[in-house]
Amino acid sequence: MENLLSLFVKAIFVENAVFAFFLGMCSFLAVSKKIKTAFGLGLAVIFVMLLTTPLNYVILNYMLGEGALAWIHPSLADVDLTFLSFILFISTIAGAVQLVEMAIEKFAPALYSALGIFLPLITVNCSILGASLFMQEREYNFSETFVFSLGTGIGFFLAIVLLAAIRERLQYSKVPPALQGLGIAMIVTGLMALAFLSFSGIKL
Amino acid sequence: MAEEVAEIKEKKEPLFSKKNLQVLKDPLDDTNPVSVQVLGICSALAVTVQVKPAIIMTLGVLFVSAFSNLIISLLRKGIPGRVRIIVQLIVVATLVTIVDQVLKAFMFDVSKQLAVFVGLIITNCIIMGRLEAFALGQKPWPAFLDGVGNGLGYGLILIAVAVCRELFGAGSILGFQIIPDWAYEHGYVNNGLMVLPPAALFLIGVYIWIQRSRNQKLINVS
Repeated sequence: MENLLSLFVKAIFVENAVFAFFLGMCSFLAVSKKIKTAFGLGLAVIFVMLLTTPLNYVILNYMLGEGALAWIHPSLADVDLTFLSFILFISTIAGAVQLVEMAIEKFAPALYSALGIFLPLITVNCSILGASLFMQEREYNFSETFVFSLGTGIGFFLAIVLLAAIRERLQYSKVPPALQGLGIAMIVTGLMALAFLSFSGIKL
Repeated sequence: MAEEVAEIKEKKEPLFSKKNLQVLKDPLDDTNPVSVQVLGICSALAVTVQVKPAIIMTLGVLFVSAFSNLIISLLRKGIPGRVRIIVQLIVVATLVTIVDQVLKAFMFDVSKQLAVFVGLIITNCIIMGRLEAFALGQKPWPAFLDGVGNGLGYGLILIAVAVCRELFGAGSILGFQIIPDWAYEHGYVNNGLMVLPPAALFLIGVYIWIQRSRNQKLINVS
């Protein structure tokens, strides 16, 4: 239990997907001009993350990993399909995003039109695939996977809403023309990353 | 009939015509995927602590972007619009799997260093972006060149940032010591910030600043 809690806090603050690993940077920079859309995208990412990472865990452990196929027939025990993991992981994610897209279009049309092209782009948001790949690399068990994906999702949500808030304020300040937009967003993100680095002092 | 054939032959342009060279050259500066189109930033930042992984990563992305562009362009008339994203993802994921297996087989230590970032080439927006914007509507050869150009434009920034970070953060480039010992004896200290993740963000921010002050027409892009 304690272990899970520390994993959760670590995934949000200490090893924040955006600031420590630069995952999901593209949509992070592109959708953070307004708090409202940033909020919507953040929620969608949390949801897709929670759906896909545990699903990929099941796929990895019952279909792909070394000896994972033994439940079908003992003769399959030494089959190792790990090299197929990229293809299956990304298919799961693409399918889940498609489902989420249809659900949002049906139940929240306003949010759907606000997110526009960025909703299907969650498929190629690296933080989602990244969470699955970290899950594989660090050999988490199921409950750890669940907590880790929730934490990573919340970390992304936090980061994108914070940056959107800062950028809304930045519109009232004088930034050199060549640095406006992307340039200043990068530097602000860098400063935020520095601030988040101080969390690494926390021992859990 | 014969006339028609002659006409088609006339229209065929040389392999490195001006237009094709432009396709290859534009992504290096005017339409650079990282600094202008804001694509593929994630991995650009994460693997730049040292020059060597940055070069390997560039080669990986170059390979995947060139060949996925080529394959999608060859298939472009056979892919129904609705399922194109899935087809693109499968092609890209296959190519990335090849890169990953090759790295694991021949350069195991580098592949450990790059960790999940090889897998993340799949979700590198440069590749998806170019497939959507270019390869789906172009002939195979220009599409291939476009992939090479964008891979190079990506690599340009990656290596520029990596050189800065390794030089100031560790005093060496590609593992060879550049800053001489006497400098350390006289009080020079490696810059600890350069090794930390935020340095990459600052360096790319500054790169964009320099690029846009030099090239004024980029200022209003995003």
